[in-house]
Amino acid sequence: MRRRERFQRWLFHLARDEQVPIVLTQRRIFIVPTSGGLLFAVVLAVMLIGAINYNLSLGHALTFLLAGLGLVAMVHTFHNLFGLRLTAGRAEPAFAGDLARFPLALENPRRQPRRALEFSFKDQPVVTADLSPQGRATIAVPFVTHQRGRLDPGRVTLTTRYPLGLFRAWSYPYPPFSCVVYPKPLRTPLPGASPGAHADHRQGDSGQEDFAGLRPRQISDPTRHIAWKAVARRSDEQALLVKQFAGGAMDELWLDWSLTPAERGDEDRLSILAGWIMAADEQQACYGLRLPGQQIAPAQGDAHRSSCLQALALYGETEARDAR
Amino acid sequence: MRARPPAALEHGAVPWLLVVALATAGPHAEHLPAWLTVLVAAALLWRTWLWHQQQRMPPRWSLALLVIAAVAAIGWQFGSLFGKDAGVAMLVLFMALKPLEMHNRRDALVVIMLGYFLLLTHYFYSQSIPTGLWLLAACTLLTGALLRLHGGAQPVIAIARDAGLLLLQALPFMLLLYLLFPRVTGPLWGLPQDAHAGLSGLPSQMSPGSISNLTLSGAIAFRSRFAGEIPEQADLYWRGPVFDEYDGVTWRASRQHGRSPAPAPVIEARGPAHDYSSILEAHNQRWLLALDVPTRLPPDSSLAATLEAQSREPLRIRSRFSFSSVLDYRVNRMEAPASLQQALTLPPQGNPRTRALASEWQSRPPARIAEAALAMFRQEDFHYTLRPPLLGADAIDEFLFDSRRGFCEHYASAFVFLMRAAGVPARVVAGYQGGELNPVDGYLTVRQSDAHAWAEIWLADEGWLRIDPTAAVAPSRIEQGIVAALPAGEPLPGIIRLDADWMRDLRNRWEAANNTWNQWVLGYNPQRQREVLSRLGWPDPDWRSMTALLAVLCGLALLLVALWTLPGRRRDDPVQRAWQAYCAQLGRRGIVRADWEGPLDFAQRVAREKPELATLTSEAARHYAELRYGEGDGDSDGEPLRRLQQCVQRLPPQRRRRI
Repeated sequence: MRRRERFQRWLFHLARDEQVPIVLTQRRIFIVPTSGGLLFAVVLAVMLIGAINYNLSLGHALTFLLAGLGLVAMVHTFHNLFGLRLTAGRAEPAFAGDLARFPLALENPRRQPRRALEFSFKDQPVVTADLSPQGRATIAVPFVTHQRGRLDPGRVTLTTRYPLGLFRAWSYPYPPFSCVVYPKPLRTPLPGASPGAHADHRQGDSGQEDFAGLRPRQISDPTRHIAWKAVARRSDEQALLVKQFAGGAMDELWLDWSLTPAERGDEDRLSILAGWIMAADEQQACYGLRLPGQQIAPAQGDAHRSSCLQALALYGETEARDAR
Repeated sequence: MRARPPAALEHGAVPWLLVVALATAGPHAEHLPAWLTVLVAAALLWRTWLWHQQQRMPPRWSLALLVIAAVAAIGWQFGSLFGKDAGVAMLVLFMALKPLEMHNRRDALVVIMLGYFLLLTHYFYSQSIPTGLWLLAACTLLTGALLRLHGGAQPVIAIARDAGLLLLQALPFMLLLYLLFPRVTGPLWGLPQDAHAGLSGLPSQMSPGSISNLTLSGAIAFRSRFAGEIPEQADLYWRGPVFDEYDGVTWRASRQHGRSPAPAPVIEARGPAHDYSSILEAHNQRWLLALDVPTRLPPDSSLAATLEAQSREPLRIRSRFSFSSVLDYRVNRMEAPASLQQALTLPPQGNPRTRALASEWQSRPPARIAEAALAMFRQEDFHYTLRPPLLGADAIDEFLFDSRRGFCEHYASAFVFLMRAAGVPARVVAGYQGGELNPVDGYLTVRQSDAHAWAEIWLADEGWLRIDPTAAVAPSRIEQGIVAALPAGEPLPGIIRLDADWMRDLRNRWEAANNTWNQWVLGYNPQRQREVLSRLGWPDPDWRSMTALLAVLCGLALLLVALWTLPGRRRDDPVQRAWQAYCAQLGRRGIVRADWEGPLDFAQRVAREKPELATLTSEAARHYAELRYGEGDGDSDGEPLRRLQQCVQRLPPQRRRRI
């Protein structure tokens, strides 16, 4: 078993690819006949016997033409992958249970199109792509996440049966993909805020009574605060305007590990914290996060939310995962 | 590999498969029983309707019932499930029903493979040039369907173009395999009984109407090419079966020769020999239709006692034979008494008036008897026609004394009867007479309409002498052919009666093309393969070396196809090329651009290290950056590119190094 694994590692080039872009050379492309290809071979053999038996000259010609077609199809299937360039992109974080999408930029340097390229991670859904001559495309290879943490999806299986489905060529590019998977949020009431006050605030969700004016947008402002209507009205201005709010929502809120129910498991407690972060973010609260051994100061906005969720995702196992 | 569920069949791919089924099964309607054709059409229409309505396909058990019923019906119709016609019927049935249970891509693949196989079965019935062209079109269609199946939706034109391109690339392999694949003479096992049905040619026995019926066909019987001059039209007697037994209605070859082998004929040549080769259409008989009389025969053939050249096996495929014949000859001056006796035998009764006439002539010498008979045909009111009246029991009497209208078989038959009744040994010879030169390829074309029957008499000092009584009635039949001899209105096939020159020319060209096709494509057998290879300078190839050469050449062709489709190495990107040319020039001047260095960074480094090149390099870098990363390159007129290319030329010449 051990030896077989080592053989596969050597044959299929299973190490992580470090170069950018990954270029598919002939050393990395494998090709075998499909079941359809084997059927084709059997049909050809029977046709040849028939042509010989009945002395059909055109039968010979047809059989030979189809044999040539099979050979040509093999070359084309191989070339459908050969020379393809792949560049891995950064995957956006995903919540556990959702699809993580790993962007892969494809570049076709040759003047013929490439069709029906199928990408998938092991035992994961397949995504297909076509490339125009000298074209580029970016696809997202999906991965169904199960647990929080840093996800290494493993090698990509890139398969094609184009043009005739008689052969299957494949390659195992192994781009340096990585994705942070947040804990699946568990919605429970926010700590430190009474349920009544919480409900009041929800009623004033549009925030009009707290509206305090407009100001030019800074890069850290969340996009949903942009005053699109005002921007549209003042089309001469380049800068985007954001709505400013005043009011109780700006109170500091600490989301603390110790506030979560201790009788639940660690993963559930992280999920509860993730649920709180989502809720606090929706209410545009100013919140901070306290985990055993680390603390993030109160702030708000998309970047803050991301760093909080990432802290939850990597809680406890950061060192171990990074060492790989 | 881990097993995945087979890929689903796209809705848009289904019409391709239905067209495949129609194109491969449809043309067989000609050979199939009508009920099967109707069933096939109904199944395909049903599937089309299901596709259009996006409905579910029928359950499997109902299809299984349908298949069992239809297979039983085929077995009943053809008497067997094997054999050529029954096999084709089964394939067509499966082709029509398989689309009804076509759920995924694998099922569709089976349909296409079945289609490829069905294409082969068309050549049981015809291997003409149009069928060959149809092969290419149908192959393109089937390959297009495979492309559609595995490449997703594209315009039909694009798919057709890709399929055509694939086949074009497959063509060299086909030619190599066709030329070099070691050929085996079929059949590999006993062929089914119906394998050779429908071959036509001279009949193996002659009764009134059997030759004139054949004359109604314009089909080609054989083609001959002479090494030297083509003999006179009147000398072209192509010998078929010889009939020397008469029962009052039908002439046959006597079985006596078969039982005790008669001595080989003795031929004294009295003129030059003519060398020629003939390409005979298959007629499922043994005679080879050599020109009277053959002196040299092709291998695997023999000369019968009655002078007809015979092959060992019945002729079931179109074949080529070489002969040498002398037209002026004396044959069997000493004939075996048994043969002479056979040549005098008549049925005991019948035709009293003919016998009475013959007995009047009996006292004359044999040559004069023949002359008297011919003079009667010539001088009295005899007519040459394809539509003689029906004759009764005493057919020869009625013909000679009442109707006096007949075709060559009537004249030959009556003449031989007269001779035998008068005591002159005589026999009927069937064959072809004449032929038409095709000026396009120099072949003499002999058609079924040239079928003819004549007589031979035996004279003591002369041996067997050919007498053609038809020549006495209608001399133009022998000198100019059947068209000239028969009055207008006789039911001759149109193909031999072309009046307009251009139509005749067109027909000649078409038949010459067919002849080439027949010889080089259809007639490419083991023997022809050896001939071709030895002409290419490979005198004695065996199958091992042929296979080896084939493998090497196919490998080379594969390599060529691979190179042809190899990705162009970006040489089509002039911007990249110009910039690399510039950097290469700088590299020769001592500044090598690192792979990771962007154009503007590189320009700054050049400015630091070689200030004299600073302006030019920064200009080139700016152009390159603009072309590569700038905006609005869509409407560029090539001006920045030209400036970038000029930068290379504007570099100051390199200082020559001292050696």
